[in-house]
Amino acid sequence: MRVLMFGWEFPPHISGGLGTACFGMTRALAKKGVEIIFVLPRLGEASEENGFLRLRGASGTPLTRQLTEKMDRAGQDVWTQGIRCLPVESPLVPYLTPQAYVEALERVRRGPAEGRGPAMNRPECGAAQERSFTFELHGGYGPDLMSEVQRYGRLAAAVAARESFDVIHVHDWMTYPAGMLARALTGKPLVAHIHATEYDRSGVNVNEQVAGIERAGLHAADVVVAVSRLTRKTIIERYGVPPEKIVVVHNAVARHEAERCYLVPQRIRHEKRVLFLGRVTFQKGPEYFMEAARLVLQKIPNVRFFMAGSGDMLPALIRRAGQLRIGNRFHFAGFLRGEEVDRMFALSDLYVMPSVSEPFGITPLEAMLYDVPVLLSRQSGVSEVLEHALKADFWDTRDMADKICAVLRYPCLAAELVKNCREEMKSIRWENTADQLLVVYRNLLGGR
Amino acid sequence: MPALCLCFNIHEPYLLRRYTVFDMGQSSVYEDDDRNCEAVLRAARLCYLPAGELLLRLVRRYEGAFVTSLCVSGTALDLFEQYAPEVTEMLQALAKTGCVEFVAETSAHSLAFLYSREEFDRQVKAQTARLKSLFGKKPQTFMNTECVFNNDLAVALQQLGFKNVLAEGADQVLGWRSPNWMYRPVSGPRMRLLLRNVGLSDDMGVRFGDRAWRDWPLTAEKFATWCHSLAGTSDIINIYNDLHVFGLRHGRDTGIFDFMEALPEALLRDGRFRFATPCALAGKHGPVGEVDVPQFMSWEEQGRDLTSWLGNDMQKDAIHSLYSLAGRVRACGDKMLLHDYERLQTADHFRNMSTKWFSGSHADRPNPFDSPYDAYITYMNVLADFELRLEAGEQKKKKRGRTRASVRTGTGASA
Repeated sequence: MRVLMFGWEFPPHISGGLGTACFGMTRALAKKGVEIIFVLPRLGEASEENGFLRLRGASGTPLTRQLTEKMDRAGQDVWTQGIRCLPVESPLVPYLTPQAYVEALERVRRGPAEGRGPAMNRPECGAAQERSFTFELHGGYGPDLMSEVQRYGRLAAAVAARESFDVIHVHDWMTYPAGMLARALTGKPLVAHIHATEYDRSGVNVNEQVAGIERAGLHAADVVVAVSRLTRKTIIERYGVPPEKIVVVHNAVARHEAERCYLVPQRIRHEKRVLFLGRVTFQKGPEYFMEAARLVLQKIPNVRFFMAGSGDMLPALIRRAGQLRIGNRFHFAGFLRGEEVDRMFALSDLYVMPSVSEPFGITPLEAMLYDVPVLLSRQSGVSEVLEHALKADFWDTRDMADKICAVLRYPCLAAELVKNCREEMKSIRWENTADQLLVVYRNLLGGR
Repeated sequence: MPALCLCFNIHEPYLLRRYTVFDMGQSSVYEDDDRNCEAVLRAARLCYLPAGELLLRLVRRYEGAFVTSLCVSGTALDLFEQYAPEVTEMLQALAKTGCVEFVAETSAHSLAFLYSREEFDRQVKAQTARLKSLFGKKPQTFMNTECVFNNDLAVALQQLGFKNVLAEGADQVLGWRSPNWMYRPVSGPRMRLLLRNVGLSDDMGVRFGDRAWRDWPLTAEKFATWCHSLAGTSDIINIYNDLHVFGLRHGRDTGIFDFMEALPEALLRDGRFRFATPCALAGKHGPVGEVDVPQFMSWEEQGRDLTSWLGNDMQKDAIHSLYSLAGRVRACGDKMLLHDYERLQTADHFRNMSTKWFSGSHADRPNPFDSPYDAYITYMNVLADFELRLEAGEQKKKKRGRTRASVRTGTGASA
């Protein structure tokens, strides 16, 4: 079986959980003998052969005249009917910060962005009809993300036209246009995987464009894969996706090959550390973490709280920490990568994920790999698969603080949580996720 | 002449409210009064009152040929008194017939015997006295909380003046022997040990409503036939169950009430069989052998051991912390503290912390907490507040003692 996957990020170039999830999923699928062509906007330094799958950068894929015409015909209805107000130029970023927005807006105002439409990028080459052309993709999440998504859609569809495969599998809204176009061109079944919805990312202030693409993609797909029952509910309620079309496949976590061992330095051994790790933004509920920290420090003064990550709410939270006079106990670690993340987990006595809305959330599973007990918000998909984790509603900071205090005070609570979680983790594997995806593929292909 | 010995356990706990670290030192209201009241009223309506009426009806109909025994916990009596006095009246009406034996247990439905002999003795004596005053007869028979039993318990009970003790007929203890005879605990030569027939008890208590069970539906006829088949090889068939089986564990629509209604008739059809209470049996049958129970056993479904209450470190930590205070609470002697201390001993608190698979599998006794961890956190918070109060009480007592002493020396000087 050969699967054409469209994705937006892949290790080592990741900025969130999406890349990690794609990596774990594809590796497990490859182990089961699935051939995967993974199309990214741009490869960067990543090599084409990633050991288990074929990575392809969409950037620079030649487009022939013939193909673009075909695409235009096939894509016409996709773009006009399915997606509202798509051609509007907008400084769009999925992880939008206020400053970045202003800057981006400025950039848009200054000059017509290069991507007002694919046609503009077309080299002046009216000469030979067969001469192909292409455009460059940057990948990532720039302010001109929407036009990037649009260009990626055309180039990725061009990749689809050149490859042979059985199923198209797309990850999140950035790749949905590409998936829809590829489906229209090749007639192969489309699996739309939804890792996060616009409603999770932005709460009620949704970006209509993104929501429009999500809706169109989910409706166009033959099967929708949701990462949790929570997400399934969201897309049924918000987008009216027929429930029978949605399959819930939970994410998992990849084990490190050789787990490194970190020792807690002598001088900080007497105190306990509580960690928040994630984007410092509305969706992740960092302010609830700080509020809980304030409450905990009233009861247990020698605890340290770490907030690792960056995001639009960071400046406000730093100010808030000062205001509460807890700055000497509440530390901002910034955006951590690679080994720093592992070290941070290993040093922590408790990991807290107070997300307001979390479709899945792999980080608690990563924390558990380091035998760190976790406290999750009930509004997260991962709490569906973790029985042995502490849970609290994100808004109930007293409850959260109470549970943090309990973990720090009663060593046998932490020990019991860790012991039972270890057992539970045995069944949370990408192999199981891959098995479920294989069933989805096989059903689509009529049991082949 | 083999006898069927029925014993139903009546227990309702005072459950804790979600007590957080912020309540500590602020509020000493530990219990969720609304929930407890609601639970008791519901249990009374669905189970205790209709089941009590049924037993009363059977007793009257068979004019002494139908007898049973009931084991009521002190917390249940407290709750009935507080919220559902008609249940107490019902129990008193049953006692008046003379066909119902009341079996003693610890007043708090506690596991005190495992950790504090003093606390255990006190609770048993209190409960015995209460049963006597309510139901007019001093109990001779004892069934410990959740049927927990071992050799040492038999010694203690003999000292406390009990004649019979009810316990689980666990395979690991009996081996090849049958529970359907009268035994003697190895450590209590004057005691009689009545062992629960696990299979038949669970047929009624656990499997009755299970449609996947091959013997479903269980009729009184079928059950009586199984009993009759034991005619030659038994003296007593002990059926002990939670009274919740009527109406709560098995809803009325499963036919459990009809089953019980028809059971005496079906059983007594064979003239060799009769119903009996533990006391009546002890007078008639001598022990056929000794049973040695060095380890604790209980009527818990998997393993017949203590792991539902003391299976993980949270449970052990909680119960050790609780009983480490026993001496200080006694010494302090504050009435409110003694009262709360007893309530905190109820075994249900520890069961709610169980992380065992399928633990608390009976839907009629649900865990009020979302997870065992929440139960533990709440309990430890409550215990921490309790300890703060205990410290305050001790301080007060010390101060009072000092002033009294100074007064005494003062009078001495003047004289």
